[in-house]
Parts: sequence; structure tokens; C-alpha cells
Amino acid sequence: MYESILNHPNNLSGQFERLRRELDEVFGVSGLPSSIRSVAPGTLPAVNVGRTPTSVEIYAFAPGLDASKIEVTLDRGVLRIAGERPSGIPVNDPKVNVYTRERGAGSFTRAISLPDDVDPAHVKASYRDGVLRVSIGRRESAQPKRITIQ
Amino acid sequence: MNDNKQVTPTAPEQEQQQRSVLPAVDVFEDASGITLLADMAGVPKDKLELKVEGDTLLIEGGVQPPTPDGLEAVYAEVHVPRYRRSFTLSRELDTARIDANLKDGVLTLRIPKQAYAQPRRIAVTSA
Repeated sequence: MYESILNHPNNLSGQFERLRRELDEVFGVSGLPSSIRSVAPGTLPAVNVGRTPTSVEIYAFAPGLDASKIEVTLDRGVLRIAGERPSGIPVNDPKVNVYTRERGAGSFTRAISLPDDVDPAHVKASYRDGVLRVSIGRRESAQPKRITIQ
Repeated sequence: MNDNKQVTPTAPEQEQQQRSVLPAVDVFEDASGITLLADMAGVPKDKLELKVEGDTLLIEGGVQPPTPDGLEAVYAEVHVPRYRRSFTLSRELDTARIDANLKDGVLTLRIPKQAYAQPRRIAVTSA
């Protein structure tokens, strides 16, 4: 019986989902194409991607990682960032009272599809202040050129 | 890190109205105090501000990733480059001895309890 209540199409979470969809339609978000590898908002790590004439820059906001344990791989135009974050809360200590637990812990993977013109031979990655920055060069042929008029 | 902590009046109006996001936090308490962990990725030490005013603790930080010239955003999940969150402390916490540490974008605050609020054992003497 309880199951049928939870699965009722008019239940609260279903109504929120409908509200979200309606808002998306009003603001025209739903019509825009989204990346096939996009994830729900709030997923760690958040990623920003930027582009300069000579490189593609990826910033992954992943605080509290051990830089030596972050795995960054580039395979057939897909950049994969994997890592693991330990929990900061001491476990199994009866004297510790936990009030808020918002920071996610555990392992994660994110995949980002890159444009076709990236050059896998020129990749640099650095980790600073909890932000992983991956800089991938773009091929010479894809860089903007000034064309002289004859 | 303690030099970043200051007891100052509230920030000016325009600073209050700046858009910010709530950093994710973990808060836990043990016998001697409260520990707060806050995710503030991209905040360098000099952009972090901690303020205690009365019984309010304010954590604020600006994100400043080093961006190369001519960077054009393609896709962004972090839109608001500022974290801000405040907490109400209770009286038995010793705000003068807060210890702060920022490492790899995680802020760790240790707020000890006042000496009188520490649990102690009362020795029983027999008459």
C-alpha cells in the first residue's frame, strides 16, 4: 500500500519535477541541446570550460584532494577526471556529534568531450587552491589566421 | 592564517549585495570544541575573509582561478565567483581562539569551547 502512495503520479516529488519542467519550458532551457555527458547540478566536481585561440582550458572545482591521486586521462577526444576524496568527519567516534554533512566524499569521475581540434601532445595539468586546471593545446591548423587580400 | 581573522564592523552595503553561493560545509563537535570544514575551491589565502562579530561568524571568499588572456567561456557550472556563509555561534564557544587553516580549497575552522565549558571530572574526596 505504501508503495502505491509513493508512486502516485501526483506525489510531492513528482509535482516538483513537473514544476521544474514547466519552468524550463518557460525559460526556454529545455529546447537547448545539452551535452550527452552533462550531469545534474550540484555534482562534484563542478567544471568550467574556456577557450583561448591557442588552447582549451578546463577548470574542475575539486577541493580537498591529494594532487598525486587525481587521474586525468585523455582518450579519443574525451577528457576524464577521476579521484577520491576522504571524508573530513571522524568515523565511529562516539564522542563526536555531527551536525551538518554537506561535503560529498568518496570517488568520482567526470568526462568532458573536447572539440576536435585539440592536440593530445600538449596537455598540462595543475592543482591549486582546490581547482584542477587542465590546459590542452589546439592544433596549429585550427588557430585563427589572418588572410591577406591579394 | 590567524592574521586573516579580524573583528571588524559589517562590510559596506554594496559588498553585502554582491552575489554569492553557499559553500558546502561539514560541522561536528567533540568534547573540546566545534570543527567546521568548508569547500571553497579556487579561493586563495589572501581572498579569504573570516569575521566574528558578536556571536556571528562570517566566512567569505572570492574565487580567483588564474585565467589566461583571451579566455572565452564555453561552458560554466560555477557562475558566481564568491562564497559566503554565516553561522550563529553560542556563548560557550571561545571566539578569540578560533584556529583557521586553508588547504587545497578546504577551509578548516576549529572553534574551541571556553575553558569553563570544557567537560571536567570532579574529584570526590572522602571525608
